[in-house]
Amino acid sequence: MIWGIAQLVLFFAVIAALTKPIGLYMARVYAGERTWLDPVLRPVERLTYRLAGIDPEREMRWTSYTLALLAFSVVSAFLLYLLLRLQGVLPLNPAHVPGMPSDLAFNTAVSFVSNTNWQAYAGEQAASYLTQMAGFAWHNFMSAAAGLAIAVALMRGLTRHTAQEIGNFWVDLVRSVLYILLPISILLALVLISQGVIQNFAPYHTATTLTGTTQVLPMGPVASQEAIKELGTNGGGFFNANSSHPFENPTPLSNLLEMLAIFLLPAGLTYTFGRFAKDQRQGWALFIAMALLFACGLAVIYGYEQAGNPVLAKLGVEQHLSALQPGGNMEGKEVRFGIANSALFATITTDTSCGAVNSMHDSFTPLAGGMAMLNIAFGEVVFGGVGSGFFGIIIFAILAVFIAGLMVGRTPEYLGKKIESKEMKMAMLYVLISAASILGFSALAVMLPAGLAGRLNAGPHGLSEILYAYTSGTGNNGSAFAGISANTPFYNLTIGLAMLIGRFLTIVPLLAIAGSLGAKKTVPATSGTFPTTGGLFVGLLVGVILIVGALTFFPAYALGPVVEHFLMHAGRLW
Amino acid sequence: MPQSRIHELTPEHPQVKSRRRGQAISLGQLLPQAIADAFRKLDPRTLARNPVMFIVEVGSVVCTYYAVASLVTHGGESGFLIAIAAWLWFTVLFANFAEAMAEGRGKAQAGALRQMKTETLANLVVEGVVTKQIPASQLKKGDVVRVSAGEVIPGDGDVIEGIASVDESAITGESAPVIRESGGDRSAVTGGTKVLSDQIHVLITSEPGKTFLDRMIALVEGASRQKTPNEIALDILLVGLTIIFLLVVVTLQPFAIYAHSPVSVSVLIALLVCLIPTTIGGLLSAIGIAGMDRLIRHNVLAMSGRAVEAAGDVDTLLLDKTGTITLGNRQAAEFLPMPGVDETEVAEAAQLASLSDETPEGRSIVVLAKQFGFRERHLTHDEAVFIPFTAQTRMSGIDWKGERIRKGAADAVTSWVREQGGTVPPEVDAAVKRVSMAGGTPLVVVRNTRILGVIHLKDIVKGGIRERFDQLRAMGIRTVMITGDNPLTAAVIAREAGVDDFLAEATPETKMELIRKEQREGKLVAMAGDGTNDAPALAQADVGVAMNTGTMAAKEAGNMVDLDSNPTKLIEIVEIGKQLLMTRGSLTTFSIANDVAKYFAIIPAIFMAAYPELKPLNIMQLHSSQSAIMSAIIFNALIIVALIPLALQGVKYRAVGAAALLRTNLLVYGLGGIIAPFIGLKVIDLLLVALRLV
Repeated sequence: MIWGIAQLVLFFAVIAALTKPIGLYMARVYAGERTWLDPVLRPVERLTYRLAGIDPEREMRWTSYTLALLAFSVVSAFLLYLLLRLQGVLPLNPAHVPGMPSDLAFNTAVSFVSNTNWQAYAGEQAASYLTQMAGFAWHNFMSAAAGLAIAVALMRGLTRHTAQEIGNFWVDLVRSVLYILLPISILLALVLISQGVIQNFAPYHTATTLTGTTQVLPMGPVASQEAIKELGTNGGGFFNANSSHPFENPTPLSNLLEMLAIFLLPAGLTYTFGRFAKDQRQGWALFIAMALLFACGLAVIYGYEQAGNPVLAKLGVEQHLSALQPGGNMEGKEVRFGIANSALFATITTDTSCGAVNSMHDSFTPLAGGMAMLNIAFGEVVFGGVGSGFFGIIIFAILAVFIAGLMVGRTPEYLGKKIESKEMKMAMLYVLISAASILGFSALAVMLPAGLAGRLNAGPHGLSEILYAYTSGTGNNGSAFAGISANTPFYNLTIGLAMLIGRFLTIVPLLAIAGSLGAKKTVPATSGTFPTTGGLFVGLLVGVILIVGALTFFPAYALGPVVEHFLMHAGRLW
Repeated sequence: MPQSRIHELTPEHPQVKSRRRGQAISLGQLLPQAIADAFRKLDPRTLARNPVMFIVEVGSVVCTYYAVASLVTHGGESGFLIAIAAWLWFTVLFANFAEAMAEGRGKAQAGALRQMKTETLANLVVEGVVTKQIPASQLKKGDVVRVSAGEVIPGDGDVIEGIASVDESAITGESAPVIRESGGDRSAVTGGTKVLSDQIHVLITSEPGKTFLDRMIALVEGASRQKTPNEIALDILLVGLTIIFLLVVVTLQPFAIYAHSPVSVSVLIALLVCLIPTTIGGLLSAIGIAGMDRLIRHNVLAMSGRAVEAAGDVDTLLLDKTGTITLGNRQAAEFLPMPGVDETEVAEAAQLASLSDETPEGRSIVVLAKQFGFRERHLTHDEAVFIPFTAQTRMSGIDWKGERIRKGAADAVTSWVREQGGTVPPEVDAAVKRVSMAGGTPLVVVRNTRILGVIHLKDIVKGGIRERFDQLRAMGIRTVMITGDNPLTAAVIAREAGVDDFLAEATPETKMELIRKEQREGKLVAMAGDGTNDAPALAQADVGVAMNTGTMAAKEAGNMVDLDSNPTKLIEIVEIGKQLLMTRGSLTTFSIANDVAKYFAIIPAIFMAAYPELKPLNIMQLHSSQSAIMSAIIFNALIIVALIPLALQGVKYRAVGAAALLRTNLLVYGLGGIIAPFIGLKVIDLLLVALRLV
């Protein structure tokens, strides 16, 4: 247990240490300042603008910014759809993977353009090398860059004084890819290769196993995909088994690096925000609120997983931690990673919109699995997706400031911006859209035979599987309670819609807030101003996230993970 | 010296002691009306203004239908269904009652004001002579009327001819008559007030139906009440939460059916009503009305709720020095004798020279000199010739026993001495400069041609004002003193009074520029003013409080009128604005925090039948499913009633920083809001069981 906790602490210490340097670097990138990569990248950047006909000096209002982003996403989603349909006849397809059927192709295209990487298919059987590289990898970069762009646009809105513009979407997109995502991905991919992650174009190997049977070993350019999968909080595995597959995640070090890569940019963005706000405490306040929520979620998942399953205990199965075994609930976990690193990975991947997994969440104990689901349902604001975590927590900060801010006897302000009816309208819309998508689609699925057919398990666990699928889709997470058979027209369509709603319908109110706040005056802070830096604000923010999330989902969860937990203790399993 | 004069000079306490209006209205008078109004407000057309309570009403109707249906079909649970429906109706009624209580006081006051609007006849003047009498309601803007002693002024306007004492008690509650005269800043008269002596000609400045009295009636009655920006934003939050909970409850049924445990519609509605923010939704308008009412009781009329809200947001207060920060007049503080002159001698000469000076400054010199033992002089005109103070000579004095004693402005006196052939010793200049540097006004005292000494006239800062400014600073509000004084003098007073900044040698233009500058920085500015030349600044300021004694132009430009004409009240207005916002925030937080306990009551109750294993969630160990649901909706209804006093009186405001305020309020209304219902629900459950109601 000590060693388990030590690893968790080590992980967080590294993240905390990396937050400032990476945040500072990103602040420079988005302010258009010189970085040490300029000699190499500046010419590339200029060339890109010239080829694309972009005037990097021209900034956009929030409406044009939103339109540019939506147009970009629609076009690239459509291209991916075409690629998926046609991959059977296109090159770089040594395994002769056929084209995808239309519902699956729609679901997959939406999944990648929305940074979800929900995979209703098994990567090694359904995607060619060309699809993996030109399709998936492209979107892994672009959807992450778009998330970063939105976050930065929101930062500008929050910190500019009576400005109409919130930046240039194309510049933010290009700089995100060139200066941030590409260099780190390349570096990370190389280190992962050193750990044994494969990177080749070889056809699938056929091997004879010890027992004499033959086995097909899928190959491919994995490392390059793997790096951006984590760094861009995409989560779509090259293989179906995702990061539990030894070719994706072979060693404890690769496991640590992959986890760090997931949190790296989201954590750094809090520092970048502090730079924008010209008050680092603003950034750290968000960081600490996130850290607290991270610790809570991790404690629940780790605690319940280590405690194991009481039904098995009654049967005499040894579930105690000892020198010889990890104890706890090892179902669906890699022995290489054990309880601590599986619980940590599950927490990280659901805190963010990543969705990569190194263990199967479906096999978690009810409350641990429920916590993973709740992490997503909170809106993935615990560091969160690249960019999306930041803008998600800003929505909650606005809500927190509004609800409690009136208590100091002033119109609520955040960073000196008055929070008025327009911001409230948009913030409530943001929360409402997510809740409506999760609860609405889940309710639809449990009412229809097509929905019920997908469950692997009956009873409360079946409900959890359905809830998790729509939570993951809406939250653009992409992980799953893997028991569910999602590759049906019903699920492909509804989860596809959930992903679209969760990403693009929420972006509009968000950028509207950025535009409306940017146009406002910044009221100088006084001792009468609601302080958004101290422990009080952190506690309030955490409280609002917990209460809003809990109030919205508690009734549904009561019939899913919560009752399953009590039933398990009563000796009934599902 | 008559004693009363001295009395006037003692510094008054700056705390506003206004005559509270409407205190005569007792609870006993308000209650029956409020209860009747609570039922009247059930009209869905009225209730639609309040979306949260409207949903509750719709829920009540549906529950009533199911209750009646169960009676007709003799289905089980009739008693339970009727109880749910009844308590949902109570929830709506309690919210209506809160609003009616808040409105009650205003309505009673409006009634009293309306009685003043009895039809008066106006003597219309055309070209200087009264031509005919017309009803006051037919007066148009621009008409001129003559009002004589004993008559009621028929409309708002400015005195253009004559001077009169006017009884304005009907509007201000102040019984002492005030002087109104043509020209200057005391020319405004208000319709409905009564001329006590003399006769004036009044130029009517308001259109019929839009007089001050009309507006006042509309305000206290709440008829013109518009939702304020903050209220609208809060409404959006509440509606948003309501939609989310609607979604939660509607989707719960499919999940429940999935779990083979469908929930009855009445119970779902009960759950919905418990979850949506009925507490704040029910009290929101009462809070707003009560806030306006609090201002009215402080004798301040706000022209809109927006202005009251803005008052809470104010960052900068512009305060006139004279009358607000300092007492209206300067006072003699010390005598500075010239070399070889005794201080007593200066005091005696100064007193003699000031006996004929009726200005407050002159009187204060007489008073100060008394400390040197000079009092009760009986001078007759035979022995002495008084030289009164005039604006031209800027001196006063006395010719007595062959001596010519004078006191006055330094340059006036020194040139007078030189004219008499005397010399001015250099020490005089030094003393004069010293007084000026200290922020005072120097007066020079001379006997014949010999300068005896210098009198230090000092601005007296009101007692307790410094503490008020300290409080304001703690609240994050910057105070700026506005004065016509030179920067040197202004700086000294500013330091003594403890203001954050000052504007010296202020003109209407520099004042205006200051307001604009503050606003450009994103700050909200409040100021008080009375004169016509204050009008542009009053209009530009976010909160402009006009004095009732001021001109019509000023009253039109500001968004509040202080009937007591006390500029210090600006501070109270800010506090009332803050209190209004705080009350809203506190009850919102409380309302949302309440939901946690309600979940723990209702969710296990609903699904206990299908999953008895959920029992551990019933942490309050409520008696049964029915008692748990009943406890939740009863608590939900009663908490509205319990919080009516808080909504009407407002959350207590303390002048501390935002961080400290937030800590306290979060603890009380946030944490308290989570804990209180756990206790309340358990108590109600125990009572229900004890009374065998479940």
